[in-house]
Amino acid sequence: MFAFIIRRIIQAILVMLVISLVGFLIQHSIGDPVRDLVGERVTPAEREVIRDQLGLNDPFYTQYFRFLGNACKGDLGLSFFYKKPALEVILSKAPATLELVICTSIILIVVSIPVGIYAAIYPKRWLSRFAMAASTVGVAIPVFLTAIALIYIFGVELNWLPSYGRGETVQIGGWWDSGFFTWDGLSHLILPSISLSSIMLPLFIRLIRAEMMEILETEYIKFAWAKGLDRKRVWFVHAFKNTLLPVITVFGVQLGIMFAFTILTETVFNWQGMGFMFLEAVERSDTSLLVAYLVVVGVIFVVVNTVVDIVYGFVNPMVRIAGTK
Amino acid sequence: MKAWNRFKSSYLLYSFKRDPVAIVSFSVLLVLVVICILASVVAPYNTYDTSTFDLMDAETPPVWMEGGDESFILGTDIQGRDLLSTMIYGLRVSLLIGVGAVLLQAFIGILVGLFSGYLGGKLDSFLMRITDIQFSIPYLIVAIFTSAMFMLGYGVGRYAELAVPLLIIIIGVSHWPIYARTVRASVLGEKNKEYVEAARVIGINRWQIMFRHILPNTLTSVLVISTIQVAEAVMSEAALSFLGLGMPITKPSLGSLIRSGFEYIFSGSWWITFFPGILLVIFLLVILLLGDWLRDVLNPKLYKG
Repeated sequence: MFAFIIRRIIQAILVMLVISLVGFLIQHSIGDPVRDLVGERVTPAEREVIRDQLGLNDPFYTQYFRFLGNACKGDLGLSFFYKKPALEVILSKAPATLELVICTSIILIVVSIPVGIYAAIYPKRWLSRFAMAASTVGVAIPVFLTAIALIYIFGVELNWLPSYGRGETVQIGGWWDSGFFTWDGLSHLILPSISLSSIMLPLFIRLIRAEMMEILETEYIKFAWAKGLDRKRVWFVHAFKNTLLPVITVFGVQLGIMFAFTILTETVFNWQGMGFMFLEAVERSDTSLLVAYLVVVGVIFVVVNTVVDIVYGFVNPMVRIAGTK
Repeated sequence: MKAWNRFKSSYLLYSFKRDPVAIVSFSVLLVLVVICILASVVAPYNTYDTSTFDLMDAETPPVWMEGGDESFILGTDIQGRDLLSTMIYGLRVSLLIGVGAVLLQAFIGILVGLFSGYLGGKLDSFLMRITDIQFSIPYLIVAIFTSAMFMLGYGVGRYAELAVPLLIIIIGVSHWPIYARTVRASVLGEKNKEYVEAARVIGINRWQIMFRHILPNTLTSVLVISTIQVAEAVMSEAALSFLGLGMPITKPSLGSLIRSGFEYIFSGSWWITFFPGILLVIFLLVILLLGDWLRDVLNPKLYKG
């Protein structure tokens, strides 16, 4: 087990090194820190002096190690537009994205588990068939179309729910702007989180159904039936517990993908989170902010993936044995 | 002729004829593809020719609504282009990028998978490490990020000119690992079979064994994932264009058309978003349904990613 954890952590560090190298290469080839600092109206000679002072004429690897060292200390450069440390800008936007992801995860769990179990237990009922058909169609609908449809129906035509921004937020602990504690904030969360969950739901419903059906066919479930156990006990305690393993892994992987889709959802809803900030930074050519975003998102993926793998290794011994060659 | 007879008696055709969902989705896909290829003949207007449209016609509603114009069946978009023609050209762009990107993905992935699986050893662990690293980052993030970088590097104007080849490269490079893993898995299954050993014994060199003997036997699984990959590539292209990182509005794909319509949805011009959106969903749905059907029929041992 110990060796397994070490191996996963080494792999995680490797991935982070590659991401940081890509980030550095981008900053090296696209951004011009001198322009960011002094603007366009400076003579080439003066520019050269500033380049020397900033160490931009140093060999490539010295610059990379400096970038890496700074990144480890949490210094990801200054944002050209905000005139603040890039990490600070990203962290101020992170709560909005995280709340969206949390809400979406809650919807995912609350909807997909009951529907998936129901469709597995009663595969022939019309409700299950409807759920399966809906999830087939659901895969084919891009998230921004769901979002636009929801905005048009509930925001424009019916005028029930707000479709723009985060609404009223409350500040907690000095930096976390939360929309969880006001009605206005919560109502702003509804449409974005429904549209974000719409892309993940079909996958989870199908996955839970498939796993559950497979397990209902196994010997130990047949044995549980033979013992005359209560139906609910067999379904929810004996069978469901074992469908959770693959579901947890997929959920971990999907959490990363969900971050990619937040960029789309946030654009449609003008949600002031990290994804929205990313697109604004592209429009403003704010290279250092983009690189910082890449590193932060990379850290999130790697940490989530590693933690999920390790937890999975604890729960399922087969993984860590299969991992050793 | 011989190949045709073999196809006629194949299991593939037999199960196709018995599956109404497959027949319907295949026909819809065929019609859409033919319309795309014949776009300049079928579409009422050539939307790339600026002399055929007029800003005065902008936001004309569909013909059955009040204020509709008979020359524009589905209405016009924000620039006064006939929406139906723009959609046909848009679908053509989406399809071109989707297929192009998948060909690139397959090319990279098959090469990596073949070398990795057949040659093995250090090369294998090196290539698989790279695949793992790219696999751990969602492809959409890779695509969004690379396109943003290209846009900053080239500038918006230059990027718009080069959009089609750039998008093919971006989507192609961001999603190849699945091919590499699938091909590697089937190569590992094939390479110890007797026919490979026989080929080796009679002294055929390893390149020929790899490309002429093993590769054809891995193509079933490649075909199955390719259908799903085309759908995902088209979806990625739509997402990138919707974010403004893809096709420019002068040569819109379905995604950029939806993006431009979304800005006008609050003023009531729903059709600019609605019709391209529906077309995109139908197109994706038929490809996905065909992909599901192919997977069930051919039933290869796929790598579960």
